[in-house]
Amino acid sequence: MELDNIEKLLEKYFEATTTVAEEKTLQAYFSQESVATHLEQYKPMFNFFSNAKEERYTKQVPLKPRKNYYKWISVAAVAVLSFGIYFGNEYQEKRQAEYAYQETKKAFELLAENFGKGTGKVAYLQEFEVAKQKIYNNN
Amino acid sequence: MKQAEFLNVVMPFKDKLYRLAKRLLVSREEAEDATQEILLKLWSKNESMEEYKNVEAFAMTMTKNFCLDRLKSKQAGNLKLVHSNYSDESTSLQGQLEAEDSVRWMERIMEELPEQQKMVLQLRDVEQYEFEEICDLLDMKPTAVRVALSRARKTVRQELVKKHSYGIG
Repeated sequence: MELDNIEKLLEKYFEATTTVAEEKTLQAYFSQESVATHLEQYKPMFNFFSNAKEERYTKQVPLKPRKNYYKWISVAAVAVLSFGIYFGNEYQEKRQAEYAYQETKKAFELLAENFGKGTGKVAYLQEFEVAKQKIYNNN
Repeated sequence: MKQAEFLNVVMPFKDKLYRLAKRLLVSREEAEDATQEILLKLWSKNESMEEYKNVEAFAMTMTKNFCLDRLKSKQAGNLKLVHSNYSDESTSLQGQLEAEDSVRWMERIMEELPEQQKMVLQLRDVEQYEFEEICDLLDMKPTAVRVALSRARKTVRQELVKKHSYGIG
């Protein structure tokens, strides 16, 4: 490739009027080892472009999991829900039993209190007995 | 569309999506995330994909929009993109160092370009799309594409000449 042509192409290149094919010619020219000294400064530019084209996207694309995702979430949700209902019920029962116990205890306490009052009153009967004994003894 | 079919359609241009994303977002991780996002979006639309005449162009436009949105939200959040992909995998031969150096320099010059010029330069000089395709992808008029491309190329040249004369002087 004669230098004259390359220089012309370069001029067109910077005016952005080259075709893709012409740009490929330029890239090919600058990719060789020896380049005319006054054009040396453009070498990094074209080398960079051809290097940049080599870069690859190497990560794996996770396409499948999306669909299973929802299925597993729903399974987990159902499990959590049933656990909640089961243990929730248990807790509820426990609380009800506790309440019943407290109420019974209260009722018994009331009963005991009233019995206490009753025996207090009955204690006076003792006085009667004492008085009766006195009378018997005197006779 | 089955998964295998989908992959057959997508595989030929997935690298192009990634390279465009990387050109715009600079960071490799960001670009990988963006590419994955786009591919998943395409996959979720795979029923209607047969209707698109040109899936590649459609995906490229999606990538462009996604990355620009991403950049906008980054700027709004006052965050700077962090990138640390200047790895040194090669041996330390002088020639290789120099070549690497100029690649790095070029990368920096490209980063400085305005987004539109970046995209035009990427699509034309790296991916070698025709002008009509670029017009479609970026939703620009042909003359605007030419002007942007010419400006981008001239800026790169100017920066390179600067660097070149530093090297000598």
